[in-house]
Amino acid sequence: MSQVSSGTGRDLRLVGLHKTYPNGFTAVHDLDLVVPQGSFFALLGPSGCGKTTTLRMVAGLETPTAGTISIGESEITATKPYNRPVNTVFQNYALFPHLSIAENVEFGLKRRKVYDSGKQVKEILALTELEEQANKRPGQLSGGQQQRVALARAIVNRPEVLLLDEPLGALDLKLRRAMQVELKRIQEEVGITFVHVTHDQEEAMSMADTVAVMNQGVIEQLGSPYDLYTNPHTTFVANFLGRSNLIKGTVVGREGTGDDAVVKVDMHGTIASIKASKVHTDSKDGWLGIRPEKVLIQPEGTAIDAPGSSIPGCVVTDASYLGVSTDYTVRMPWGQEIICFEQNTGRRGGLIPVGTKVDVSWRPEFAFLLDASQDAGAGRQED
Amino acid sequence: MTRIGRWIGSHLVLTGGLLVLLYMYIPNIIVAIMSFNDSSGARNLYAFQKFTWDNWLNPCKPDNLCSSVVTSIEIGLLATLGATVIGTFAAFGLVRHRFRGRTAMNLVLFLPMATPEIVMGSSLLALFVAAGLGGQLGFWTILLAHIMFCISFVVVTVKSRLAGLDGNLEQAAADLYANEWQTFWKVTFPLVFPGILAAALLAFSLSFDDFIITNLNSGQTVTFPMYVWGASQRGVPMQVNVIGTLMFIVALAAVIIGELGARRRRKAIASR
Repeated sequence: MSQVSSGTGRDLRLVGLHKTYPNGFTAVHDLDLVVPQGSFFALLGPSGCGKTTTLRMVAGLETPTAGTISIGESEITATKPYNRPVNTVFQNYALFPHLSIAENVEFGLKRRKVYDSGKQVKEILALTELEEQANKRPGQLSGGQQQRVALARAIVNRPEVLLLDEPLGALDLKLRRAMQVELKRIQEEVGITFVHVTHDQEEAMSMADTVAVMNQGVIEQLGSPYDLYTNPHTTFVANFLGRSNLIKGTVVGREGTGDDAVVKVDMHGTIASIKASKVHTDSKDGWLGIRPEKVLIQPEGTAIDAPGSSIPGCVVTDASYLGVSTDYTVRMPWGQEIICFEQNTGRRGGLIPVGTKVDVSWRPEFAFLLDASQDAGAGRQED
Repeated sequence: MTRIGRWIGSHLVLTGGLLVLLYMYIPNIIVAIMSFNDSSGARNLYAFQKFTWDNWLNPCKPDNLCSSVVTSIEIGLLATLGATVIGTFAAFGLVRHRFRGRTAMNLVLFLPMATPEIVMGSSLLALFVAAGLGGQLGFWTILLAHIMFCISFVVVTVKSRLAGLDGNLEQAAADLYANEWQTFWKVTFPLVFPGILAAALLAFSLSFDDFIITNLNSGQTVTFPMYVWGASQRGVPMQVNVIGTLMFIVALAAVIIGELGARRRRKAIASR
């Protein structure tokens, strides 16, 4: 196993990767993906979207129906799992119950006959704060400790790529947040390429440099958490990553060129401008999307802090006060209800009571336009 | 009266349990006592006459007693080996692979356990005779029969252990650079071993104990149960009780050692 050093082009590359199970179910659909060396990469999607299958194909535990997997110049599509410079942190940890923690961690080193394995095990146990547990069995450890053993057992081998299959899924919320920080710290310390599979969008966004949102065996969109959130390309991404208000609109014209180009959309009689770079439809109809925290509301007649066009004649139908913020549900003039998150800065000096007539507005640069043929409810999570 | 009643009430479960235990172990206790019985010159062989060490000092005194024990142990060990190896392979095949007829195979392997021994014994005899082995009934035909009926028990025992094994562990081993061979010996086998050991012990006790099937297929060979059966026609020699007691002690010792070992291991882990 070669040591990871930056700039040698040992990227993980998936080309046309396809997996159809014998029962006819296609889990992964012609996937093309490049994971840059040393990056923290997250595969995000709901259960059954093919993310775990993708991970297992990279690990060698599942055979692709078509396509190739390579690390740098070396193709590993048909390589046995034990010959790949890849290690996995399994969802249920899969620690060997008959071996001590130290023996678990040493397992991979021993198989490769690394001669100073004892010293390396000590170092990694120190890194993961497990020295005290070295001689215990997995069954005697708490969930968080088992999780760290699984991590230590994988990274002690210094793989080129570390695969993490929902590694924090079995932990409670508080521990999960703590482990997220820990994982990120360890990744930065060891510099290994991390491919992290999760269905928790907050987890993916807080840790990963790049997130690929997967749905039904294909990657819907790939990018930095910021790009994905501010400029989703599909209704699925718009709903799965955070929440979105999607409002039916019709393209009525284009103005400007280059960075200033905007698309004018008629939204139930109100004309809204959307930056051309955030328009992801070629047809005349589309879903105009706006994030709830970007929606500004103000009681009718008072000034609104946005240069965009404001929509009058809206009514607050629900308000839930969350301390740090308030969630308002607002009925638009055309009957649709949209959500608005407002920080409780104290600026207003109180809540807007339910039933109040309000004006609604948002800065045009925050809106995006998606294809009308897509399901507006795709990827929406129950909360 | 009510106080006694209350006392019985509060001790009923314990009393009941002890009575059941006593009921289960009375035969062993009687056998142990009778092994010290001096039966020489007695008319009733099943009543305790006089205490003696003779039976324990000369256990092989009755003709053919010890040779029958040796035969039974030989057959028992070989049958255990054969049935455990075949049964373990079968269990792995049935649990790990999906193939046509798997369900049927499970049933077929289970059937011998449900077949009356007398039926199995006589059909085996018919088979051996039809195969031209009628003249050679003896050690090897007994062994073949024993391996056969022990396999089912081994398969069932090992299968249940194997089914409870987390398949992810083997994938984790493969992921950690263990090839198929290393994965088996470092992960699968150590985890399934308790099941295989239990299956082997079961097979040995089934083989050692068997009378009906053995008797039908034994020719001139005499196993320990057959010896006891034959001797009981005239009166069982007291040395049989010695052998019986010894067997009980060996079994008890095995259980105690196993339990002590497990307890020490648990303690060692906890104190480290």
